[in-house]
Amino acid sequence: MPQPNDPAAVRDTIDAIYRAESRRVLATLIRLLGDFDLAEEALHDAFAAAVERWPVDGTPTNPRAWLVSTGRFKSIDRLRRRAKFDDHLAHLADVAERLASTVTPPFDLDDEQVEDDRLRLIFTCCHPALAGDAQIALTLREVCGLTTEEIARAFLTPAPTLAQRIVRAKNKIRDANIPYQIPARAELQDRLDSVLHVIYLVFNEGYSASSGTSLTRHDLSEEAIRLGRLLVELLPEREAVALLALMLLHDARRSARVSGDGDLLLLDEQDRTRWNREQIDEGRHLVEQALSSGAPGRYGIQAAIAAIHAESPNADATDWPQIVRLYDILLVLEPTPVVELNRAVAVAMDDGPDAGLALIDAILARGDLTDYYLAHSARADLCRRLGRRADAIAAYERALSLTKQEPERRFLERRLVSIRG
Amino acid sequence: MKYLCLIYDNEQSWANASKDKIDAMKGEYYAFSDDIRKSGHYVGGSGLQPTATATTVRVRNGKVSTTDGPFAETKEQLGGFYLIDAKDLNDAIQVAARIPGAKSGSIEVRPTLPPPPAA
Repeated sequence: MPQPNDPAAVRDTIDAIYRAESRRVLATLIRLLGDFDLAEEALHDAFAAAVERWPVDGTPTNPRAWLVSTGRFKSIDRLRRRAKFDDHLAHLADVAERLASTVTPPFDLDDEQVEDDRLRLIFTCCHPALAGDAQIALTLREVCGLTTEEIARAFLTPAPTLAQRIVRAKNKIRDANIPYQIPARAELQDRLDSVLHVIYLVFNEGYSASSGTSLTRHDLSEEAIRLGRLLVELLPEREAVALLALMLLHDARRSARVSGDGDLLLLDEQDRTRWNREQIDEGRHLVEQALSSGAPGRYGIQAAIAAIHAESPNADATDWPQIVRLYDILLVLEPTPVVELNRAVAVAMDDGPDAGLALIDAILARGDLTDYYLAHSARADLCRRLGRRADAIAAYERALSLTKQEPERRFLERRLVSIRG
Repeated sequence: MKYLCLIYDNEQSWANASKDKIDAMKGEYYAFSDDIRKSGHYVGGSGLQPTATATTVRVRNGKVSTTDGPFAETKEQLGGFYLIDAKDLNDAIQVAARIPGAKSGSIEVRPTLPPPPAA
């Protein structure tokens, strides 16, 4: 049994606690201090203090409470000192006194209270009054604990640009007074939609990176799934459960989507034995859960479609009529051209390429999706199946001109070569 | 905390509206203003006469220039405003969403700057 003051053991303990608890501590500090930046500083100070004191005093019985209490104390102390040494910052003394008087230890930090704080954090980072890309950056930074550099790398954005985005979001929260709150029941559904949208965007960015050499940046997908799990744990609403199912089912196909050469493999070409069966089972179980209570939502339908693919031993055995019926429902919930396109592809599998092509042509004739490479790629595939070589070539070329992603480009180029040759 | 709610809408479509439709809209505004007075949100507000009645004033190098019309041509035009007192942005958004103009136009919700410190 290691000595309580063995520095190496204490250090290990602190590292473990950082990994497990730092996000919770941050969420609570934001509530107590009313400011993101103050809370981040306080978190840093608290852990620094732990490194200093725990080898001497021993590891506290309730590390989380110790960290929150210490962080808050250090923050108040910092504000007082700043106020004293800089006349322009004299008002900070008032902030410090207000903080010192409003909340006193011992802090009510039972599990429910902490979960509430984490929910507050997620809902605040995903507030619709913040710009969409700012919601994503802020969520990854504050909820997931990714560094600015990690997020910048993941989204192929320069780090200073991303840092500015986060600063602007925090300023908006402060200046417009976006409250640190879990939305009231009446607003919960809408606000939850925002959160789910952010998580799904992060997942999609990782699942099929929008540019660059690798098709998937699975760290991002994993982060999104982790976020999805956290949300379901805190708020098991059916669409949150459905989104988690959807992500697990998509992610289960990850190793089979890309060949050894890094080339894209479509659903009908994938080696289904390489699909992650455990993840599929978990996903299917969650889909059942999500669909068991009331009318399904957008993610519920998409998850149901993904589950059908996951259950089919091969592309031909897929229950395409059922998938088309599900797209019919999805189109009512989400009447967008992209959903129409996906439905058209399913119709082609069920009813023949002619039927699907007619639908895609109608979308493009309206002026929708004309710059969306997947629309032209799907069209090209249907033309190819109908033996319309010239049309297929033209459509593949159009698709190629619209995508920057290496594996996608190679896929389209291969199709072009095979159809020309 | 005070927020200014700026009501933007397409003037032309309202100019072409029937008397009944306009009367109905006025009724909705009276009811809304009443509501937010009762709830303590109302600080001030007014409808504005159309942009054709606007005059834009600029002073450059000490010279006053006056031009006919709004400061810029926009697709939606400023038609009115409310100054409200709200707990936070969520509260302000709830109020703004009930402004009748939100159904056809856009409401811009802006926090006001804090008043200058007392002399």
